[in-house]
Amino acid sequence: MSAANVHGSDARPVESHVHGHDEGHHDGDELPHASLRGYLIGFLLSVFLTAIPFWLVIGEVFADKRITTAIIVVFAIAQMLVHVVYFLHLDTRSQAGWNMLAAIFTIVLVVIAISGSLWVMYHMNANMMPMDEHELRNQP
Amino acid sequence: MTIASEPNSAPAQLHDSVFLGRLSLESIPYHEPIILVTFAVAGLLGLSLLVWITRARAWGWLWRDWFCTIDHKKIGVMYMVLGFVMLIRGFSDAIMMRAQQAMAFGDANGYLPPHHYDQIFTAHGVIMIFFVAMPFVTGLMNYIVPLQIGARDVAFPFLNNFSFWMTTAGAVLVMLSLFIGEFATTGWLAYPPLSGAAYSPGVGVDYYIWALQIAGVGTLLSGVNLLVTIIKMRAPGMGLMQMPIFTWTSLCTNVLIVAAFPVLTAVLVLLALDRTVGTNFFTNDFGGNPMMYVNLIWIWGHPEVYILILPLFGVFSEVVSTFSGKRLFGYASMVYATIVITILSYLVWLHHFFTMGSGASVNSFFGITTMIISIPTGAKMFNWLFTMYRGRIRFELPMLWTMGFMFTFVIGGMTGVLLAVPPADFVLHNSLFLIAHFHNVIIGGVVFGVFAGVSYWFPKVFGYKLDVFWGRVSFWCWQIGFLFAFMPLYILGLMGVTRRVSHFEDTSLQPWFIVAAFGAVLIGCGILAMLVQFRVSYVRRESLRDDSGDPWNGRTLEWATSSPPPDYNFAFTPRVHDIDAWWDMKRGGYQRPTTGFLAIHMPKNTPAGIILAGISGVMGFALIWHIWWAAGAAFAALIATAIVHTFNLDRDYHVPVETVTAVEDLRTRQLAEAGA
Amino acid sequence: MSSSTISPPAETGNRYLVSGEHHPANGTMLGFWLYLMSDCLIFAVLFAMYGVVGGNYAAGPSPKDLFDLELVAVNTAMLLLSSITYGMAMLEMQRHRVKPTMLWLAVTGLFGLAFVGIEMYEFHHLIHEGAGPQRSAFLSAFFTLVGTHGLHVSFGIVWLVVLLTQLGRWGLTAANRRRLACLSLFWHFLDVIWIGVFTVVYLMGALR
Repeated sequence: MSAANVHGSDARPVESHVHGHDEGHHDGDELPHASLRGYLIGFLLSVFLTAIPFWLVIGEVFADKRITTAIIVVFAIAQMLVHVVYFLHLDTRSQAGWNMLAAIFTIVLVVIAISGSLWVMYHMNANMMPMDEHELRNQP
Repeated sequence: MTIASEPNSAPAQLHDSVFLGRLSLESIPYHEPIILVTFAVAGLLGLSLLVWITRARAWGWLWRDWFCTIDHKKIGVMYMVLGFVMLIRGFSDAIMMRAQQAMAFGDANGYLPPHHYDQIFTAHGVIMIFFVAMPFVTGLMNYIVPLQIGARDVAFPFLNNFSFWMTTAGAVLVMLSLFIGEFATTGWLAYPPLSGAAYSPGVGVDYYIWALQIAGVGTLLSGVNLLVTIIKMRAPGMGLMQMPIFTWTSLCTNVLIVAAFPVLTAVLVLLALDRTVGTNFFTNDFGGNPMMYVNLIWIWGHPEVYILILPLFGVFSEVVSTFSGKRLFGYASMVYATIVITILSYLVWLHHFFTMGSGASVNSFFGITTMIISIPTGAKMFNWLFTMYRGRIRFELPMLWTMGFMFTFVIGGMTGVLLAVPPADFVLHNSLFLIAHFHNVIIGGVVFGVFAGVSYWFPKVFGYKLDVFWGRVSFWCWQIGFLFAFMPLYILGLMGVTRRVSHFEDTSLQPWFIVAAFGAVLIGCGILAMLVQFRVSYVRRESLRDDSGDPWNGRTLEWATSSPPPDYNFAFTPRVHDIDAWWDMKRGGYQRPTTGFLAIHMPKNTPAGIILAGISGVMGFALIWHIWWAAGAAFAALIATAIVHTFNLDRDYHVPVETVTAVEDLRTRQLAEAGA
Repeated sequence: MSSSTISPPAETGNRYLVSGEHHPANGTMLGFWLYLMSDCLIFAVLFAMYGVVGGNYAAGPSPKDLFDLELVAVNTAMLLLSSITYGMAMLEMQRHRVKPTMLWLAVTGLFGLAFVGIEMYEFHHLIHEGAGPQRSAFLSAFFTLVGTHGLHVSFGIVWLVVLLTQLGRWGLTAANRRRLACLSLFWHFLDVIWIGVFTVVYLMGALR
């Protein structure tokens, strides 16, 4: 993010009395800047966050499946965050914050769509088609 | 739309050929007099249009200057033309339904067999939403937004052209279903299991799916395009809270488009897989869940409602403020109301299927969110009223449509809140009351809004105003026709009459339907009057001409340039200090520069968009008819053409200084003559 | 800049006009990001579908009967490795070195191919066992969700090949750097989706 691009943001000062000043924005260096360090940290964290859940499930480490489920879900969310920060280089400054805003909005909608659907359909199944888990699995 | 002798055209499926798939001579409904006459008329009109273009030697001009154009203004105009053409088709469907329902009582069966009637109401809904309202809205945004923010074009001019042609390719597929095969008989959202392969084995639902998928790509890309345009290309000084209100509502609309249309795409892919591959998402067997389709499609469907209405809220705001001669009352509250509606529109989808059986907890949540969403809308209504309050109101055509909107939309909004109460909805669900409600908001809001926008910006686009007399005739026909056509439907709905019925036993209902049919005829007169208005205005264009570029004493930047604007919109990019930037410029003693022009950097026309969309249309047709080799070939061609296009680096040029100077000098003379 | 342009004549004019040519910032990166967000919602629908019908086996096989977690682990490793190699390509791009950039890109593509290959093997195996997408709603949702991701990766590979050609022809021009950055977003975005897939579909499936 170069200084020139801050110009294009909404945080720009109101230059009401600047005459003859070139406000042309420069395309070019708006690409996120990456570093070897960032990629390596991201990669190592990802390996760690991937390997543990696989180990937990394949090795059947915990007798209670709910504990395993909770842990792998937390690990998955953590790993998604790692990827987003270290690989997708999302931060509050990229594209003057619009990328972050779009991402947050999308996450909210994803949560609404998925949890809403599960909620709605669970209640509908419970009301309209009372079947237990076993029946659901085995009914053709 | 064909009508098969059996409920479905299954025989065609028996002999799928390798080369033509399900397509055979039997797919052409030549045994159907209504279709044949329609085909003859459409063919004649089309042919005479082709002959006319050929005789005027306009093909080269049409291709270079319009079909390949990347100018957002021309693309906007083409969207509006598409919308008007499809409006006539959609209205023909409407008047056929009204006629059928006015006749078919007791022993009289009317003139439409059920299978044909079912296709008509499906086509009516699909066309009116996807190929009338959407092109209208997109067209207005395309034309006006870059002008309002002081930009030269949209962010991705090529994609803009491509989006338009994808929308058109979808429309062409729907029109094609009239003469080759049939259209869906499922209603406009094609609920399974009825729309599944088991109950709709014909090509109707496939036409529906692929027309919408192809048009959907165009809609999504145009959404991304306009979003980036608004975010990145505003004139210096125009912060978010300095944007004209129409640009604000367009921003929110395009957020909704980008966030809602992928859901439709995904759902239709799942339905297509069920139909062609034999998966079991929405089937009755093997664990499928048809209700999940209803749930998912409304996650798209409700935001879609706001995609349609929000830009028109913007239009009304611009119109009210311009013709009241006042700054818009409560600009900030208008913006926040729009944002709140944008977010809330994702939290109400279940109110379309309260009766599905999700129970009291779920229903009450969605009932309450639905009632909440009426609050920001109500706030807007008060903003408009307060803008008019103590203003010098000029009753020009745009203002007339706006006031018609305010009257009509409030009624529709109130019946909407009624329907938001789940117990009431259990009585009114799928009744004509619902039909009356959504026509009340869509005609009163979207259609009146588009017409307000058209009459408001027409002089900007063509350089002359619309004829007032025929405009008034059109308005009153629409307004009164609307009341006649839909008020009886409210009453019938309260009496328990359901939608999508082609024949009634209870003859006591007939008078209401006759009144409704009369209303539809009045609306038809309104459409005719509007066509006459366009013609008359064109003939009288010299006396209606506006050389100032600012015929209404406007407030926003689109009025700062000439009418029609030059290709590059503004010779110098404006610098913005106020929400009503042009008003501020006029007050501040702005003088238009007459010398010192510069060369202007502009994108270049390209045929890639229409070619890619054409190939997509062919692929859609092949998929509909199961002509697999052609679908594969078209897909390969599509990818190849897209790749080849990425190798084309010759995408822009500079408008030379001489051209800019010549254009601007002409404008200087024009202004001098107008001032003299 | 301002010295070379002739300002519009009227003294008050300048307050309302930008002198010289105004260049808005390039919108490609933002536009592509917005496209990715929309793609994200497509996957959200597929996940929701899987969440709702994922337990409907229709008396057919369940995830426990079908999934080979070791194979999935290998597959995940392929995608993760392709991520870091793409990162290396981006670092080389920042150093303006065309050849190493292309080399790392090619390695990325090979890992991607391995991923798609393993997935195709898995699908083939399942269908061969009679557990095809038509067998039950669970399998329909499984094939569609995982297949859509695989399709994205395949398109990514095609794009990568095209980009290699363009890099070979034009080098690291501004346009090519932008394309590289877009593909990078696309590639890493698919990684993020895959995290959801292996957790929700495979691991939680095996736990059912």
